[in-house]
Amino acid sequence: MTEFETVFSPIIFLDLALLTMLFLVAIAMLRSRHLFGVVMLSGIYSLLSAAFFVSLDAVDVAFTEAAVGAGISTVLMLSGMLLTARREKPKTPGRAPVALLAVLATGAALFYATIDMPAFGDPNSPANSAVGQDYVDRAAGEIPMPNIVTSILASYRGFDTMGEVMVIFTAGVAVMLLLGVGSMRGGRRVSDIEADDAADNGKAE
Amino acid sequence: MFAAATAAIIAAMVLALVRAFAGPSLYDRILAGNSFGTKTVLLIGLMGFLTGRPDFLDIALLYALINFASTIAILRFFSYRRSREEA
Repeated sequence: MTEFETVFSPIIFLDLALLTMLFLVAIAMLRSRHLFGVVMLSGIYSLLSAAFFVSLDAVDVAFTEAAVGAGISTVLMLSGMLLTARREKPKTPGRAPVALLAVLATGAALFYATIDMPAFGDPNSPANSAVGQDYVDRAAGEIPMPNIVTSILASYRGFDTMGEVMVIFTAGVAVMLLLGVGSMRGGRRVSDIEADDAADNGKAE
Repeated sequence: MFAAATAAIIAAMVLALVRAFAGPSLYDRILAGNSFGTKTVLLIGLMGFLTGRPDFLDIALLYALINFASTIAILRFFSYRRSREEA
């Protein structure tokens, strides 16, 4: 096995720009008390991370992130927001130092762990050289699907995927129960015609 | 040339981000989110050409669809909220 050297490519600047914007959006989401703005920012965060996943060649993950993060969860969070207040309560300062310390320690540990990771794109890394290569070699002949990722997801580990679908279905039912049947209309079962009257009666806080 | 275009798209993304951070009204934020989605579509398309794999263009098209649908969903949602508040 030859040692793998990561070649320097100008794409790194694109990655750096994307990650910097991710960081800025995360900080802005933390600092903002305006919940609608936070929902929009989380959609932007999903789009940014999807672009970053595409840059890492994980287009399927990127597509899921864009569909779920920027599409569905934005709508879900908006439906949740309609059931509560539109502004977050001002936070009481005080216990921040302990939390900051814990976060910094965890972050430092994660950074330390990345030192042992194989280089990006290393053909000798365990993920690329052991079982994975076997699937890459055999999938095209065994499963009549043009995409290896699809053939692994839907055929080799089909039962696992079915379990995942069950989990997602359960989560969806739970979210619908939490938000209420008419959640897209603001949490009350109102018809479109009498919406205004019903809202007036129910709105008294 | 593709690198210059990518840099320009990144700059436009930063501008949209500024509007999303600062935007005084809700419409500013919605518009910032929507235009940011458009910039993501363009960026992914450019990334494909930048790395010599124009197949990424199909993915970019799908992103455009998602972005369109989610903006419509948000606006529809918002218009309902508005009509309730004005009543």
